Amino acid sequence: MPNSGSSMEIGFNQHISGQFNADLEAIRSQMMEMGGLVERQVANAIEAITSGDSTPADDIIRREDEVDQMEVEIDRECTQILVRRQPAASDLRMVLAVSRVVRDLERIGDEASKIAVHAREVGGNAANGFSQQSIRYMGAEVCKMISGALNAFARCDVQGALDVVRNDKLVDQQYSAALRELITYMMEDPRSISQAINILWILRAVERIGDHARNISEQVIYVVSGADVRHSSISEMEERAQQDEQDHSGE
Amino acid sequence: MSIIENHKTDGEPFCDNPKLKARDVCVFYGEKQAIFDVSLDIGANEVIALIGPSGCGKSTFLRCLNRMNDTIDICNITGDILLDDENIYAPKVDVVPLRARVGMVFQKPNPFPKSIYDNIAYGPRIHGLVNHRDELDEVVERSLQRAGLWNEVKDRLHAPGTGLSGGQQQRLCIARTIAVDPEVILMDEPCSALDPIATAKIEELIDELRENYTIAIVTHSMQQAARVSQRTAYFHLGQLIEVNPTDMVFTTPQHALTEAYITGRFG
Repeated sequence: MPNSGSSMEIGFNQHISGQFNADLEAIRSQMMEMGGLVERQVANAIEAITSGDSTPADDIIRREDEVDQMEVEIDRECTQILVRRQPAASDLRMVLAVSRVVRDLERIGDEASKIAVHAREVGGNAANGFSQQSIRYMGAEVCKMISGALNAFARCDVQGALDVVRNDKLVDQQYSAALRELITYMMEDPRSISQAINILWILRAVERIGDHARNISEQVIYVVSGADVRHSSISEMEERAQQDEQDHSGE
Repeated sequence: MSIIENHKTDGEPFCDNPKLKARDVCVFYGEKQAIFDVSLDIGANEVIALIGPSGCGKSTFLRCLNRMNDTIDICNITGDILLDDENIYAPKVDVVPLRARVGMVFQKPNPFPKSIYDNIAYGPRIHGLVNHRDELDEVVERSLQRAGLWNEVKDRLHAPGTGLSGGQQQRLCIARTIAVDPEVILMDEPCSALDPIATAKIEELIDELRENYTIAIVTHSMQQAARVSQRTAYFHLGQLIEVNPTDMVFTTPQHALTEAYITGRFG
């Protein structure tokens, strides 16, 4: 047994109650499964827009229900754990975090559906013209962020979570740059306005997905260190993570 | 699990306005050491919860605080326990008034086989706290009021205390404790024999009593510790592992053993 608690790795399979182990494992693995589905939804939505082939869009819209159902089911299981086990400390943080993460995942799913709806509307037109590059680039970036956040969650990896938060900042910058680009097109050619607005909605959805991935990463920090870093700046988060590390190594 | 060499208590064992101070307390039952160098402050008007697995020494420590362990011949205590900066183990200290200042409520309600009235009146009488019958009536009523039992028993004060329900008996014992106007109340698992409604009433009472008294409570119910206390102390194999604000102990405990215990990872 270590001399100090903080360096202990969180082992969710070490409870006296085997059923408690199984229940915690179940919500985690279902959350990961949901994350996998949502990530594919986003990737397919980006693909539908950038390739000009709107057939994947129908599939995305159809599967949105599945995402919604998973959110409700996982949240129900979290409630059951709270009622039956009255979890404390790392277990409590894990259950709260899973409940928050599935909410963000569901919203990412909503954004993917919005993109799919626009893909259907703009059809092949989205593929030509401006901002396609931005959508492709930002889309790839947010997909990486989703999987990065989920991996960080699975591994209780604070540094991985911080990387995702840093990437969100880049995505926000790209979003601003793409907006400026769109505005110049609209000023040059008023006929492009309706298409530009469609593109704008898509970029906005992609940018929101990045925000949700960031939220998921914040929950990783909460589970591991107990620090609630929601609404904190990246430097504040880094500071708290570093503080936490020092607390651990100092004893 | 073995004893941690030279463990220094994690967190904040000391506080700004201590009522009771324990310093380097060791307790031996014959050859066997039950408590290892425990130093802890119990703040005025706070509720501190002592938690830990069975045999960790939390009850033994609690019983040191009003010299209840004196009744066990082979029990030997070293270190200091100061009540308002006076060592309660000093030779000149008389344990009878000490135990009036530091009262105790036990796991099983243990009313005297007397009337409800006499259960409460007993302490004030033997400690000579009252001179007239009227005064005694007043103390009995006030104590029962404070313990939240008055309305339930005011019409049958001369019925036997043992005829009350378990929860009422426990509140009677609390009323009996506060009748002698103590400064500190020690509670050793006061709700473990009670149903949830009686438990809720006692917990509500603990919260009210905090205004006037300092309370240390030993409990096996983590939820109870989380509900009633401001600070929580975690004991393990006779060592005081961690003391921190209760909110922190149950969300982000500092020590691995605390975490393991409150999350049910070992028994």
